[in-house]
Amino acid sequence: MALTPDQVAHIARLARLALTEEESAVYATQLSQILDHAAKVKEIDTSKVPPTSHPVRLANVMRKDEPRLGLGPKDVLGEAPEAEDAMFKVPRIMDA
Amino acid sequence: MATSDAHGPNPPVGESATAIASAVCSGETSAVEVTKRHLEWIERTDESIGAFLLTTPEWALETAEAVDRAVAGGKANDLPLAGVPLSIKDVLCTEGIPTTCGSRILEGWRPPYTATAVGRALGAGAVPLGKVNMDEFAMGSSTENSAFHPTRNPWDLERVPGGSSGGSAASVAAFQATVSLGSDTGGSIRQPAAFCGIVGLKPTYGAVSRYGLVAFASSLDQVGPMARCVRDAALLFDVVRGHDPADSTSIPDRIVADKQPRPKRSLPWSKALAEIAEDSPEGSLKMSCTRAIEAALAAGSRSLEGLRLGVVSELSGEAVDASVSAALRRTLDVATELGAAVEEVSLPSFEYALSAYYLIAPAEASSNLARYDGVRYGLRVPADTVFEMMERTRAKGFGPEVKRRIMLGTYALSSGYYEAYYGTALKVRTLVSSDFSRAFDHFDLLISATTPTTAFKLGEKVSDPLAMYLSDLCTIPANLAGIPAVSIPVDCDSQGLPIGVQLMAPVLGEVLLLAVAACLEAAVEFAVRPPAVMDFGP
Repeated sequence: MALTPDQVAHIARLARLALTEEESAVYATQLSQILDHAAKVKEIDTSKVPPTSHPVRLANVMRKDEPRLGLGPKDVLGEAPEAEDAMFKVPRIMDA
Repeated sequence: MATSDAHGPNPPVGESATAIASAVCSGETSAVEVTKRHLEWIERTDESIGAFLLTTPEWALETAEAVDRAVAGGKANDLPLAGVPLSIKDVLCTEGIPTTCGSRILEGWRPPYTATAVGRALGAGAVPLGKVNMDEFAMGSSTENSAFHPTRNPWDLERVPGGSSGGSAASVAAFQATVSLGSDTGGSIRQPAAFCGIVGLKPTYGAVSRYGLVAFASSLDQVGPMARCVRDAALLFDVVRGHDPADSTSIPDRIVADKQPRPKRSLPWSKALAEIAEDSPEGSLKMSCTRAIEAALAAGSRSLEGLRLGVVSELSGEAVDASVSAALRRTLDVATELGAAVEEVSLPSFEYALSAYYLIAPAEASSNLARYDGVRYGLRVPADTVFEMMERTRAKGFGPEVKRRIMLGTYALSSGYYEAYYGTALKVRTLVSSDFSRAFDHFDLLISATTPTTAFKLGEKVSDPLAMYLSDLCTIPANLAGIPAVSIPVDCDSQGLPIGVQLMAPVLGEVLLLAVAACLEAAVEFAVRPPAVMDFGP
């Protein structure tokens, strides 16, 4: 199957990636090839097979609910590109 | 121990982790001396190899001094890795020390905590020489996807070391580090180990804590050891394994002890295996792999008598190059001479494993990598609105392969395609696990080539992502099923490039897996002597 440039633009928007036109064209070709290969999974009958999302099944592992210290605000904010008053600072999120 | 001559440090060949730890503990040498010699060797060789993203001489020497003090204070017994030079794949967090994942988006980031596996290795006396190169976010099979520089294969500097743990493999093969901690999501420990002629173990999913391992595909990622011999890999694994309350997917020690797979028939060293299992009151199986290896090697020329070894049909024959196939056949002859019963076995779902993997891994990656949004850490490209800031930050910070996989995963999870792609891939995953279970009803271990080819040339596959993905053909099934698998070097091809063979065991079967690997290793007598490094002049 071939992805259209519109589909690539839609995926890029969902993934929050700003792509150049050149990149979009390359990805349209490459992703189509990879998806063709991946579509092989549909050749095998899996109608009666349950999915596996976790390879080693574990019973629920419980621990005591005891309060303990995590990282302090200084550690958490120390690597932020921008912070103010113990908060991460971001550009405006709503249109003016 | 090797010494410096007039021309500077010789490659410290032949030094195993066990030998270094024992020499440091007996006072024959000091951790500081071993560390200095390795730092000098890195200085001398790494301009050509490019294994390290960052060397940490201060951290290394401080740690080595502390090890020497602890040994002097009578604590040698608590330090099975005393003074052992360790390189750390840059996907593992190290408190206060930059951790990049090979990506511009994390350039300069200093984690506020240390990965459990790293902490445990250091706690046992290992000395951290630095952070080593990798494909960006562990996505790749050649280390060419590093945002910083490529790494070269010590056996042939025109070739890739494999990936994504290419820096780990190259540093160990080039004698810069004695052991390394890598990570394996689809073969990222075993494939570079095979390309660089060393040993690499992908443990059972959940055997080693993933706390502090930067996530790529959480249901497949596993931290593991890389070394120049099976015993050293086992030693590092014995140290870092075990339950960690900080990782909810790490397997409790009690379960590890209870669920040990037993050999189908009695082996010459079965009694020793049983004793090791019983002799672990806390269920911790303390140092069980290294102990099992000693017992197995002591059995001598018929050490694998009674072992049932299955050769995976789908991963041999036309699937791999003739030279690799021939090396596998010679290894099977060696196993037969040691007494193993070798038979072919078919696992038909493997034909679909690669396709399933390249839906599941990117799907998980697209979700895991959503966190790099320019808000809490790492790169930010300023913009007027938050969405523009995120889109530009991610566009600038991620390299082409990471973007490709994020897009692929986003598509596979998007509305309308989820069932057809991701949902079906998860069902194929079940089929792969069932095929393994059926095979392990009859066989103790399975064997195959580790890689379809030997190391390829730098630049050969960068523009063809699908060709690069095929490098993982043989290694991916173990990740999908969560089972342990180890690659050991067995021979070289006509061009002098190493060839690896992969052994696979049932879930939690590392003890048997590594003991058998050590027997094969002793019989094939492969020597880690990469010419490009051995010839390294003054």
